[in-house]
Amino acid sequence: MSERVDNKQNFTPVSVSRLLTEVRDLKADGYRFCQACATMMGDKVEILYSFDKGHQLKNLRLTISQKEEVESITGEFWPAFIYENEMHDLFGVKFNHMALDYQGNFFKVAEPTPWNTEKEGKEGK
Amino acid sequence: MGKKTIIPFGPQHPVLPEPVHLDLVIEDETVLEAIPSIGFIHRGLEKLVETKDYTQMVYVIERICGICSFGHGWGYCAAVEGAMNVEIPKRAEYLRTILHELSRLHSHLLWLGLLADAFGFESLFQHCWRVRETILDILEKTTGGRVIFSICQVGGMRKDIDDKTLKDIVAILNGIKAEIKELTDVFLEDDSVKNRMCGVGVLSKEDAEELCAVGPVARGSGVVQDLRMTNDHGVYGELDFEPMIEEAGDCYARCKVRIREVFQSIELIEKAVDKIPAGDVSVEVKGNVDGEFATRIEQPRGEAFYYAKGADSKFLKRMRVRTPTNMNIPALVKTLQGCDLADVPILVLTIDPCISCTER
Repeated sequence: MSERVDNKQNFTPVSVSRLLTEVRDLKADGYRFCQACATMMGDKVEILYSFDKGHQLKNLRLTISQKEEVESITGEFWPAFIYENEMHDLFGVKFNHMALDYQGNFFKVAEPTPWNTEKEGKEGK
Repeated sequence: MGKKTIIPFGPQHPVLPEPVHLDLVIEDETVLEAIPSIGFIHRGLEKLVETKDYTQMVYVIERICGICSFGHGWGYCAAVEGAMNVEIPKRAEYLRTILHELSRLHSHLLWLGLLADAFGFESLFQHCWRVRETILDILEKTTGGRVIFSICQVGGMRKDIDDKTLKDIVAILNGIKAEIKELTDVFLEDDSVKNRMCGVGVLSKEDAEELCAVGPVARGSGVVQDLRMTNDHGVYGELDFEPMIEEAGDCYARCKVRIREVFQSIELIEKAVDKIPAGDVSVEVKGNVDGEFATRIEQPRGEAFYYAKGADSKFLKRMRVRTPTNMNIPALVKTLQGCDLADVPILVLTIDPCISCTER
């Protein structure tokens, strides 16, 4: 039997200190990890964590400074290592306690952290 | 206890159409651990939002992949349409659904050919790709392209497909059904083929859920997960869609899911052609993108995620595409643990990896 769901947009702000607790709660509630991505917002970085339950999408929005460190969620959702390593290599976001840390060798890019705007010679967009 | 050895698999390997690297830790002939490395072909396509406006970006996004290019164009357009509160005509939704199912057909036939090639059944490989040509001919006739279609645009479709052509497509598909059945029976019933797949690379339902697998990989392990069950995209809600589920979780189950989906896609196209309403296929879209929207599409390989964020400009602040292979690499790593070294190529193929998609 097909199910019909409403495609509601759901973006919930979360702080660095509450991130792991929120992720743990989502996992306990049966959510599946979908993806994580970063967006440069001036001198800040916005990280979007997406989760699915019953084909409904729930997004957690974490906003940090470019030098702030974030706790890895790979302890709860191991597949998140792909996204955390990607954000590290492309945006320069530092994650603590990653289950699988490629030490900046996940993406082979000509220029390190190409999205990061706080590197020498770059200005925020 | 044998001696532990690390065998590098890829990034260049006969079964890999695209570069992915696995460090296989083996003892005798058994794989103990697999450590994946990607990143060899990262093209930075998402970063092009800084220089290409939201209408130009459709062409960029379609070029993420040569197999599921239509789905990427659709997912991108749906995300931007959501961010701009644009509602597209019903006929456009039907056309998108029909073209997406045609893409699934040629993607699965391509994969079946690659699988046959991987276990050395060359004639089966060539027959699968010969039948696939019929689908590509349909796509060329209706969109003008065999790989990149450029028919999807923000606001609907760039051009219509007339009703007679749609009925002709159904007739062609029904005409090749028997031929596809003959080919797929070899995958499902031939002993030498079954020997390579049955009981190989088992991913339990619990592991599939824990590792967040998507698409035929998840459905082959009994996970009821298919975005076509929702009204998130297309008109699947009007076509009585039911997901194809297999319980065994092995290579054979993943293959069977895709084979059943081939025939299901033909049925879905037939139903969509029967029900497609008359009318326009696009609406005019003006102005800048200032909202944000996250949506998903059930691509042939599984769930793909699209996120568009505007900044009151023609240029998006962020365009995110997360493809199915991203989510299936952890499941691959899990199924490789404990398998025979000789089964690694088949196992890698049964997640239907697309590395160009994954790295963007």
